[in-house]
Amino acid sequence: MLAKRIIPCLDIKDGQTVKGTNFVNLRQAGDPIELGKLYSEQGADELVYLDITASHEGRKTFTELVKRIAREINIPFTVGGGINELSDVDRLLNAGADKVSINSAALRRPELVDEIAKHFGSQVCVVAIDAKMEGEMSEGQRGSEWICYINGGRVPTERKLFAWAKEVNERGAGEILFTSMNHDGVKRGFADAALRRLTDTLTIPVIASGGAGTKEHFRDTFQNGHSDAALAASVFHFGEIPIPELKQYLRNEGVNVRL
Amino acid sequence: MNVAIVKYNAGNIGSVENAVRRMGIEPVVTDDVATIQSADRVIFPGQGEAHSTMAYLKAHRLDEVIVGLKQPVLGICIGMQLLCRHSEEQDTECLGVFDVEVKRFQPQRHEDKVPQMGWNTIEGTKSALFKGFEEPEFVYFIHSFYVPTCDWTIATTDYIQPYSSALHKDNFYATQFHPEKSGKVGERILKNFIELT
Repeated sequence: MLAKRIIPCLDIKDGQTVKGTNFVNLRQAGDPIELGKLYSEQGADELVYLDITASHEGRKTFTELVKRIAREINIPFTVGGGINELSDVDRLLNAGADKVSINSAALRRPELVDEIAKHFGSQVCVVAIDAKMEGEMSEGQRGSEWICYINGGRVPTERKLFAWAKEVNERGAGEILFTSMNHDGVKRGFADAALRRLTDTLTIPVIASGGAGTKEHFRDTFQNGHSDAALAASVFHFGEIPIPELKQYLRNEGVNVRL
Repeated sequence: MNVAIVKYNAGNIGSVENAVRRMGIEPVVTDDVATIQSADRVIFPGQGEAHSTMAYLKAHRLDEVIVGLKQPVLGICIGMQLLCRHSEEQDTECLGVFDVEVKRFQPQRHEDKVPQMGWNTIEGTKSALFKGFEEPEFVYFIHSFYVPTCDWTIATTDYIQPYSSALHKDNFYATQFHPEKSGKVGERILKNFIELT
């Protein structure tokens, strides 16, 4: 049976991991390769590297970093951040990335999804969606809606989460990475009701992102949200939830994970 | 040890090159017939689509070269599918080393997503390729087409139905999964391939 995946996410600025980590055993805590290797050895199923630099120089540094990651990491990895056109995808796949994650660029020009699927195959195309539940009432009630945001969650769009996810599925995306802006950073669990609606209607895998605080949250997103994978950053970086312990816990709870 | 990686119009070839380098061997990525024929080991990797990759191999006469190889050959993913007789993917005639038809996954339930993408187990392993394996191990898959179980099956995986996740016949070995992306388990499989006697 296909395993549920655990995916640590590393934010990269000027070639270094930001947000810091407290892994004292790493020679250089900010080194994205060392951290990626550690996660891989601990049992992470995939890695996501997000380039959060904006400058041209930063982009070049990131591409060089992707080449090093490809040389040294023996599990699949996705790269994202600042991908605007087909030539960006080509450059990053050539550097050795297994998949690319696109976000704002897809909302600005949805045809980009079709183009990536056609040129490189659906399997390399992850569409990341940052969405926020807006409206007076709580989730699931009438009057509230999930609005998609661009530019790292700074600018709202006209798009709604479920319609947009369905559209990119049809356009040829290989996976959806859904981050709930309401849940992100709060550490009170993933947006499982919305995730379940996504996973039960789409024909491609959905990665849950935003809200991980405890091991139970991971179990809940797999069992209640039907998520195919769960992504988190700080709980891993700060050693709050060691990956081997998390995976053993999930296995004991009846979730099929790779041990 | 000379390891040749067949260069053609399939993706993911660099990942295999990197994985072989991590084993301390400098491979040659090439479409040169003489270099491929004289190598100690040949890896036929890939990620891609059957029809266009097969057309490329024919145009470069690599089809005849691959079928005629006598040293250990390892096909990976689309490389494994191309070693079969025929693929349902755009009704493509393939190399025919393994006399079996490559089929498209037919989802039976909503959870059966195609492509299969992620980690699944290989079971019933019987080959020197899996030397040292004691229990079902997880490896990384990404594919929409599969090879049914057949006389040459040396490992099976269950996704929608049990199918061949690895094949072996004479000097030809093949895996549907990506050993170059399968962590330590994948490294062991590549090492076993290099050390075949």
